[in-house]
Amino acid sequence: MFSESDDLVRAKTRVTAVAPELKQTPLNAVHRRMGGRMVDFGGWDMPVQYPAGTIEEHLRTRNHAGLFDVSHMGEIDVRGAEAIALVNYLVSNDATKLVDGQAQYSALTTHEGTVVDDLLVYRFAEDHLLLVVNAGTTEKDWEWISTHRRSEAAELNNVSSEYCQLALQGPNALGILQKLTDVPLAEIKYYHFKEGQVDGVHAIVSRTGYTGEDGFEVYAAADKGEQIWNKMLDAGNFGSDTGVLPCGLAARNTLRLEAGMALYGHEIDEQTTLLEANLGWICKLNKGDFIGRDALARQKEEGIRRRLIGFEVTERGIARDEQDVLINGERVGKVTSGSPAPFLKKNIGMGYVPVESANEGQEIQIDVRGKLVGARIVKTPFYKREK
Amino acid sequence: MANIPDDLHYSKDHEWVRVDGNVAVVGITDYAQDSLGDVVYVELPKVGEKFAANESFGSVESVKAVSEVFCPVSGEIVGVNDSLNDAPEKVNEDSYGEGWMIRVAMSNPGEVDSMLTAAEYEDFTKAETE
Repeated sequence: MFSESDDLVRAKTRVTAVAPELKQTPLNAVHRRMGGRMVDFGGWDMPVQYPAGTIEEHLRTRNHAGLFDVSHMGEIDVRGAEAIALVNYLVSNDATKLVDGQAQYSALTTHEGTVVDDLLVYRFAEDHLLLVVNAGTTEKDWEWISTHRRSEAAELNNVSSEYCQLALQGPNALGILQKLTDVPLAEIKYYHFKEGQVDGVHAIVSRTGYTGEDGFEVYAAADKGEQIWNKMLDAGNFGSDTGVLPCGLAARNTLRLEAGMALYGHEIDEQTTLLEANLGWICKLNKGDFIGRDALARQKEEGIRRRLIGFEVTERGIARDEQDVLINGERVGKVTSGSPAPFLKKNIGMGYVPVESANEGQEIQIDVRGKLVGARIVKTPFYKREK
Repeated sequence: MANIPDDLHYSKDHEWVRVDGNVAVVGITDYAQDSLGDVVYVELPKVGEKFAANESFGSVESVKAVSEVFCPVSGEIVGVNDSLNDAPEKVNEDSYGEGWMIRVAMSNPGEVDSMLTAAEYEDFTKAETE
């Protein structure tokens, strides 16, 4: 037992005190009290699951509601007359298209068009943006952004430790959160946000998420995290079979995978370009100069050689991250994310294959620890909620 | 607290053995299934295959992780719990009963004596979580 495992559980499960070098979110003690199984996730001491288990957490989010502590995500505040100009030079999407109260999925790109990180850009005002970045890359992103700051008229602050971030996701998320706030949630459109009070606490309420469900991400002062978490559980009837469930990183991963969303370090990294990762829709090559634009424009013209695809395993077996993908007996690529899909009740994955083979219906094989297992390229997202 | 029945033998890899004459029934412990989480897939050998003590005989997969399972005793497979193909969750629900995995005709029954007792296994798991 326990001889092999993937990176989310690379560190052994610990039920004792947190290792001193690991970072903690403001909710660390709450996770432990609720029976969260804590693991080292990119240097953070985080719950991979709670006692209900990953499958139940995943299904509850699809059918009712799930609550996720995502306070480990980083926040970088950008202010000043040149705030938008600076961000627009650093990211691939067009930040000038944002209006106040809107959020945008984007990417920090290298000069080669590969990905420093993917992120959300929030616009509060024409001189104030907030960048929400991945936990494990926050320091790298901060260095990258600071290094490329070109003007005194853009002031940068790493405010990651000042915020808690809670994601309430699922078809019941709106109803639950509305009990705690006067902010008219139904008026917030997808990828928009409002500021207001949540349980009397100043918060940013954003209609965004990483699960494929409707839902909200709530940002508030770090020391208010526990209060808001507890109120969301109460308002969501935690404890009943149809109530909200706290969800760990394992369910977060299977939910985003079913929804076909990229995870930094898996589908995207500094070795993959946005075009290869099917993220051409966030590459606005005509918006003006930005880091990586020339490389992306060249690649678009010459054509990509490999492309990210989704697949379903068609034989007995579960594909896992890093396993080889074969076509006609030849090793042509790697699985970037592979897992059972608890809602779809299939074994699915994403990975890279040569562009000429990246077609729906193409039969492939996955090398599952020495055994070749059949799979088929399918359309992504694997799961799409009914609107 | 994990359930550790007194009448079984335990390995440091978290398998249990129930001796039934010359046959060892093998599965994974309650502690192991709890650590793994929801079991979604079990890969087992075929009847007739032979294993040396502590050799890997298959794998157990949860949503997040893959773990090999090791045969604590030497011998030949004489029975496999095929019902785990369709109901792998039995490993979580009844790890010492319906979640059993293989039956091994032991070639060296003395190997069982070197396995851990319930009390020793309990101490072992406590040490592992500290």
